[in-house]
Amino acid sequence: MTVFIIRRVLLMLLMLFLLCLAVFVLFSLLPADVARLTCGKICTDETLQLNRIRLGLDKSVVEQFYIFVKGLFFGRVYPGGAKDIICDAPCLGYSFTRNEPVLKLILERLPATIFLAMGAFVLFLVAGVSLGVYSALRRGRWQDKTVMGVSLIGYSLPAFFIGLVFIFFIIIRWQILPFPSYVAPWEDPGQFLQTMILPWIVLSILYAAFYTRLARSQMLETLGEDFIRTARAKGLRERTVIGKHALRAGLTPIVTAAGLDLAGLLGGAIITESIFSLPGIGALAVSSVTNPDQAVLVGVTLLTATFVIFANLIVDILYAAIDPRVRLS
Amino acid sequence: MSGPMLDVRDLRVEFPTEDGIVHAVDGVSFTVERGKTLAIVGESGSGKSVTSQAIMGLLNRQSANISGQALLDGVDLISMDDDEVRTRRGSTMAMIFQDPMSSLHPYYRVGDQIIEAVRVHQQVSKVQARAQAIDMLAKVGIPSPERRVDDYPHQLSGGMRQRVMIAMALVNSPELLIADEPTTALDVTVQAQILELIQRLQEETNTAVILITHDLGIVADVADEVMVMYGGRAVEKGSLDDIYYRPQMPYTLGLLSSIPRMDQVIVDRLDPIPGNPPSLINLPQGCVFSPRCTYRDLVPDGRCGTERPSMDEPEPGHFVRCHLTQPQRVEISGRILAELSGDRA
Repeated sequence: MTVFIIRRVLLMLLMLFLLCLAVFVLFSLLPADVARLTCGKICTDETLQLNRIRLGLDKSVVEQFYIFVKGLFFGRVYPGGAKDIICDAPCLGYSFTRNEPVLKLILERLPATIFLAMGAFVLFLVAGVSLGVYSALRRGRWQDKTVMGVSLIGYSLPAFFIGLVFIFFIIIRWQILPFPSYVAPWEDPGQFLQTMILPWIVLSILYAAFYTRLARSQMLETLGEDFIRTARAKGLRERTVIGKHALRAGLTPIVTAAGLDLAGLLGGAIITESIFSLPGIGALAVSSVTNPDQAVLVGVTLLTATFVIFANLIVDILYAAIDPRVRLS
Repeated sequence: MSGPMLDVRDLRVEFPTEDGIVHAVDGVSFTVERGKTLAIVGESGSGKSVTSQAIMGLLNRQSANISGQALLDGVDLISMDDDEVRTRRGSTMAMIFQDPMSSLHPYYRVGDQIIEAVRVHQQVSKVQARAQAIDMLAKVGIPSPERRVDDYPHQLSGGMRQRVMIAMALVNSPELLIADEPTTALDVTVQAQILELIQRLQEETNTAVILITHDLGIVADVADEVMVMYGGRAVEKGSLDDIYYRPQMPYTLGLLSSIPRMDQVIVDRLDPIPGNPPSLINLPQGCVFSPRCTYRDLVPDGRCGTERPSMDEPEPGHFVRCHLTQPQRVEISGRILAELSGDRA
């Protein structure tokens, strides 16, 4: 098991390096002139030239990449101007539009995204898996058909639609909840919950639909396995047969999907965050596109991709914990 | 208690489907005595596995209509409620399945799977249950059981896994053991070992065994009584000698002449039974075997195709479901057996 984990971690480090390279190359290939974007409204050739030097754009791409990677570990200095701008390690870049290091911007936005992602994750996983299992156990009967029908609807509705319907009815028409205004949970837990409940539900509806269908098909497949018949032949209670024997065996694909979905959500739920004006990573990314800020975009992309790579590692380890055949092969 | 360990009376299992009702088991009766082995023989789809699953209560009663009686030590399992059958499953009656590769849970250690079986039915600690598991693994011939108990199924060979299955089935000392094609998925050499093991353990504990198989070769080795099934019905039933030396039903004769024999000098092609097993939805009106029977023209008025034969008892304990007259059956049987032994000469 230890060897397994060490091997996976080394592989992950390699992946992270390749990821940095890919993100860097992609963004340096963009036709946008970063020096001009950070130049401001009154932009003279002189300022432009100064910006170019400050951002290191006068150097070769290889050198730029070296400076970028070095910045991740040792920090980076943007020279010139009234005074040098120092970006401490780990430096993901510096946003001249917002005059802040990218890492600081991301860290400010991360809590809202994490709360949104985790809350929705727990909700949709619990709801999706239990509905899926329930549906499988009532296969072909009206309960199964209802759950499958409803989940198909949930699966096909876009986030912005559900979000807007919720805002329209629950907040505006019936005034059950106040307009969302994000505060940290430690500042005002009540308001935090009032703000988060709708985004959580919106995301859960989207994702739970998928997990219901996945859990159902997994469960049906597993219930037909010979070892389930053996479990029944042993005289185990049906509860144990389902909860212990069938669920564990049917779990693996759910773990994979859930790991990657969580990683994706941690990278920012763009639409949901925008609709409910949550100050999260997704909203940061959107505003960095509409009001171009390439340094932030690079940072957010790197962060999201890193989450996915980490999630993969965790999924692999969980796999090994669930299935002994993975561990020992 | 006296009387047979298991007494099955007129067992019927039907599955309603969109295409019609599947008559999987159509009025089967038999008994199994303590310490004896009944072999149920038949092709795939003859209803032998469904019969055993109905007895074990492994059929979903919502999708299957089960009627008749299955008296386990005098108590009817069919009319019993599900939870009561469950408490007997794995304790009084146990079952071994065909494919040991897929019958064990791949994610749990074999020991834990046996321990689980112990602790459903006995109020013992985990440590005690583990000791029982190791003991049982030793009994079924697994080398260094105290180490193997912590293995996962994929670390064991097919034969070893089937031994584990047997250990798991016998750990609560059941009085009835149903072995559903226990050797079909195994190598021939391992097959013999597994059968020997079942027999040895049966002698030690006086367990009643039902051996379900399509392999008449292994039946000859282990069975005391044989029941031949076809199309969901029992077509012939009797002692091992009745079935092997005095078979009377044309289907049984067909099965016997299609066994490959190692002792055959001239290797002729095997004699297959012409045609296919019947669809269990549209069973033939008369004798289920009649469409494939070579001798149906010997019965006057085409009764084979119209009238369902009843179970005759031409000799005590030997039952045959066939419209042919007793002398006709004896004559045909004698001729075919002579041919078979002629082949061998």
